[in-house]
Amino acid sequence: MAILSRSEAKQILDKVLKFSKAEGASAQLTGAETGNIRYARNSVSTSGIVNDIELAVEARFGKKSGIATINEFSDAALEKVMRRAEELAKLSPDNPESMPLLGKQKYKSVDAFAKSTAGITPDQRAKAAADSIIAAREKKVVAAGYLEDARSFAAVANSNGLFGYHAATSANFTVTMRTENGLGSGWAQSDVTDFAAMSTGSVSSTAVDKAVLSQEARALEPGKYTVILEPAAVSGLVGFMMWNYDARSADEGRSFMSKKGGGSRIGEKMFDKRVHLYSDPADLNVPAQPWSEDDHMALERVDWIKDGVVENLPRSRYWASQSDDKAIPTPSNLIMVGGDKSTEELIKKTRRGVLVTRTWYIRMVDPQSLLLTGLTRDGTFYIENGEIKYPIKNFRFNESPVIMLNNIEDMGRAERVGMYGFSAMIPALKVRDFTFSSLSDAV
Amino acid sequence: MKRRNFLKLAGAGGILLPVSGIAVSAEQLASNGMDAGDKKTLADIVLNTARKAGASYTDVRIGRYLNQFLLTRETNVENIVNTESFGVGIRVIAGGTWGFAATNDVTPDGVARAARQAVAVARANSKHQREPVQLAPVEGVGEASWRTPIRKNALEVPISEKVDYLMHVNDSALKAGASFVNSSLYLVNEQKYFASSDGSYIDQDVHRLWAPMQVTAVDKKTGVFKTRDGLSTPVGLGYEYLDGREEDKIPGQTTLYGDSYDMAEDAVLAAEQAKAKLSAKSIDPGKYDLVLEPLHLRLTIHESVGHPLELDRVLGYEANYAGTSFATLDKWRSGKFQYGSERVNFFADRTQRGSLGAVGYDDEGVKAKHWDLVKDGILVNYQATRDQVHMIDQKESHGCSYADSWSSVQFQRMPNVSLAPGEEKYSVEDMIGDVEKGIYILGRGSYSIDQQRYNFQFGGQLFYEIRDGEIVGQVEDVAYQSNTQEFWNSCSAICDESDYRLGGTFFDGKGQPSQVSAVSHGCATSRFDNINVINTKRKLS
Repeated sequence: MAILSRSEAKQILDKVLKFSKAEGASAQLTGAETGNIRYARNSVSTSGIVNDIELAVEARFGKKSGIATINEFSDAALEKVMRRAEELAKLSPDNPESMPLLGKQKYKSVDAFAKSTAGITPDQRAKAAADSIIAAREKKVVAAGYLEDARSFAAVANSNGLFGYHAATSANFTVTMRTENGLGSGWAQSDVTDFAAMSTGSVSSTAVDKAVLSQEARALEPGKYTVILEPAAVSGLVGFMMWNYDARSADEGRSFMSKKGGGSRIGEKMFDKRVHLYSDPADLNVPAQPWSEDDHMALERVDWIKDGVVENLPRSRYWASQSDDKAIPTPSNLIMVGGDKSTEELIKKTRRGVLVTRTWYIRMVDPQSLLLTGLTRDGTFYIENGEIKYPIKNFRFNESPVIMLNNIEDMGRAERVGMYGFSAMIPALKVRDFTFSSLSDAV
Repeated sequence: MKRRNFLKLAGAGGILLPVSGIAVSAEQLASNGMDAGDKKTLADIVLNTARKAGASYTDVRIGRYLNQFLLTRETNVENIVNTESFGVGIRVIAGGTWGFAATNDVTPDGVARAARQAVAVARANSKHQREPVQLAPVEGVGEASWRTPIRKNALEVPISEKVDYLMHVNDSALKAGASFVNSSLYLVNEQKYFASSDGSYIDQDVHRLWAPMQVTAVDKKTGVFKTRDGLSTPVGLGYEYLDGREEDKIPGQTTLYGDSYDMAEDAVLAAEQAKAKLSAKSIDPGKYDLVLEPLHLRLTIHESVGHPLELDRVLGYEANYAGTSFATLDKWRSGKFQYGSERVNFFADRTQRGSLGAVGYDDEGVKAKHWDLVKDGILVNYQATRDQVHMIDQKESHGCSYADSWSSVQFQRMPNVSLAPGEEKYSVEDMIGDVEKGIYILGRGSYSIDQQRYNFQFGGQLFYEIRDGEIVGQVEDVAYQSNTQEFWNSCSAICDESDYRLGGTFFDGKGQPSQVSAVSHGCATSRFDNINVINTKRKLS
């Protein structure tokens, strides 16, 4: 029941919209079957399957709107949810920022559905965990991991004739390996559309190797270092930047994208000329929903930063209506163009530096400069003359991704990573003068 | 990722909904829902069905979770959302293994089916079980009930009254010179009926409220902007928290608040202080003695004491997500681990009135209680559930079990963890008067700590420089870094009970899939000597 076909979804949406007595109405149907398995101390701890399908309906009277949801789909239930949305709309105050319902949208056709993921069984999940635990036991380390897979669909429609349907699958796996003596820790991840492309055993072996190699770390003095940030480490900082990347706050003067004297920094070269960040729902590596979660506007390929220059900022329809600028919906994926080197090749070309597996517990320190703090975790190593010399203790960093993306020395190949709820292609980066402000004893 | 779902509501326009919960009218939120007798009938069906299917232990939670969120900015209401979620979660032990199933089909057939599913899951998982579950005994309490001692149910207050109040708050901030202001109300009511094969039938009605606000001041000429968050805290109280009674106001460098909050008054102060930040001196980095106000210090307690003493983290169950802990069992067993200075005493307590963690019983039927975690600076205990206490050689659960929904499985969550006030009479004024070179830090700011809870960095909302016992001015760009054990051992003074108050968070995240939990921490203003302070100002080219 959790996955409806295009025609089944359209039938329900058409029916619920017909019940509307409001000036305008829109509806969204989403469903997913999500499976998970969690393990720790080399033993499975929890496993579950959640089925969910939900219909959300919005009714409009002028600048008033009301939203109601339901998970039953009888005619009576569909009429009830529309009446409830209409009641809530009438009770709500006017929203001066309300925009008219969208007209028909032309959504990109996106192939984001893999049969292997859709058909994943509890036994496959158990085997995925077992492969990881076996990799740990062979090297006498302790595994803690989590696999979550989903097959899902979303469909949208409104009283202006808008309709869209999108089906997707995804599987995300993360694992932390710790040596029995507690002195070493390694981490690795895999994020895919097609479960057949995921090997929890080989991902786990990478984490095991890092755990074993990271034992008995030495302490380096905090300070500015050349770093090689693996894709997961980069995504922690770049993801935070994009989360705060927005036209309205920039125009209002309260963003790192605000210009002194007013306005935004669109058109300025703020980053190294190699920085190219864009979104495209039809990207083959990170296929994603072809409409914006916020307002169902069609998503096109859009360059955010190109040749280091700020090209575009997401801009809501309301905010666009206050100026001559066009609305740019918030994206559903992110692609950062990388180079052609492997992480090993980046290491080989480094005289002195620090290799960072991942970044963790990242928080905003100052929104003005987008200064972030956080820590390295699960595999931090000192590089000398093109080789990993020895493991080092974790660092706390205080750094702005804007400064980081200005100090690029080299770029690795982009890899797919899970990033703040959506998938992204992110390269490893070699960056100079990255600021580590203190040492952490954490392993 | 329920935290994100809450935050998503703050956006404007479009269909933005929390994933869990059905939108309902305000009247429905205020209704009582299912009768306790009907819940007992359903619970007995679950207990009998599971027992017949082979369960050696069963508990059932019939939950109705109600939320109302109101979000505003400047003169606009951005969103009003009411949600309701109703269903049943069933947990069993069969073959020495936990099994869990949940359903929103709250009928005799529906709950019986879920009970059999839970037993089937337990049996399937038991094949891979290496350590059978050992459950600490709990005596059944028969039929019992508990309710958060609220005076005014916030869900029963008309929406128009709440909207008018937030608009008044925003208007106050704008008139005082704020460039922008966001204010919100988050209201939560958990109606939880718990029954277990131990013979307990417990009906609980839990209420929580949070009224956050952020004021922004922008200097367009210089391009500098500063924010100041409201100095309120999420509470386990009713709408009376917003009464702003004069007797609950604490005068000082800025007005602070105790059992009730004057949001409009704080909005004016926030606007004035955000503007003052625009021209405040940037801190000289170095070592300072810190005077930390309770609303600020409670977050440091949460991160550096609450989390490391969660037994599941210590044992490695959270290694892949939240992390593990420096406070390992060998340190605890030694009986000599000096967590803090001798004046440092931490206790856990789920009975504190007005706290977010206050309940009558936890989500596995254990009565709420008080126990020591750190006594005279020495680590003495952890936070544990029924299936964990045997691992620390104890026979009685601490009552730390919680699930954030009927559809989530309960597990160990942090209770209210608090720092005991000093025993000798000592005021904030006295404390500041004794500091030669220091910073007085108020309110919750940026925070980050490593995965074993050693190294941390905290910011704040307001910073005042202290020189020779006096406050000499407002400063900015302050963050302090320390190591948990060094920090708590540097605690040289704690104000007395008259300054003790609670502060909390709605969104403590843990587990995979992630669950949120609300928790409070009490403390009085405290002093920490010779702490490393960094300057956080950076310039973008």
